[in-house]
Amino acid sequence: MRMSKIVRTITALLFWAVLVFGFYIVIHGHLTPGGGFQGGAVIASSTALFLIAFSKDEFLRKYKDVFLSVAESGGLLLFISIAFLGIGATFFYNFMANSGGIFGSPTPIGINDGDLNTAGTLPPMNIAVGLEVFGGLSLILLFMFLGAYLKPFSKESEVHEE
Amino acid sequence: MMEYWAHFFTLIVLVVGAYLAVFLRSLIASVIALSAMSLALSLEFYLLHAPDVAIAEAGIGAGLTTAIFIFALRGIRRD
Repeated sequence: MRMSKIVRTITALLFWAVLVFGFYIVIHGHLTPGGGFQGGAVIASSTALFLIAFSKDEFLRKYKDVFLSVAESGGLLLFISIAFLGIGATFFYNFMANSGGIFGSPTPIGINDGDLNTAGTLPPMNIAVGLEVFGGLSLILLFMFLGAYLKPFSKESEVHEE
Repeated sequence: MMEYWAHFFTLIVLVVGAYLAVFLRSLIASVIALSAMSLALSLEFYLLHAPDVAIAEAGIGAGLTTAIFIFALRGIRRD
């Protein structure tokens, strides 16, 4: 089942904008309001937009449900492994902060424009949480979408149960 | 004073949206009213200096919940 051509065209235009805005919220999680959860929810709302406007076949051609499941589990695994990497000091120890490497610049003091390359393990953890929330919420949406088409009391399902 | 009126109109939209969500006859219009109420609530969170909660409310309340309601409405109109 597909919506009208107007809805589909506007969705095709807006889909990438919503996706990029979600990535922006995730990446700037340590500088601006928002973070992994909010960005993941915004990315998952692009999934909702896609599912409402197009049919489920077009959605499943774009995202396999295995991919969404892997995104969810992989995000959780990434989060807990980054937390365990700092186990030399403590659990969740920020070993990347001020190390000079990736996300390791020293944080400027006072009012500044915001340096993206700071905060150590926080941006990777935001990315992990964003991946996990995107996968989880998209899976919930996908299975609710598929479940709305099941007819539990019809004759077909009775035949299948026998 | 400007902020006072912003709060005033946002809360008016919030209450009207909630009223319409309960009392509208058409289910899909009711869902849209709920979504508008959620968007007004998100704006109100932003006006109360909680942009973090506002983003979460706009994503979950106005986006995902509406989508799930629409899926449910499609499911019950199938027969």
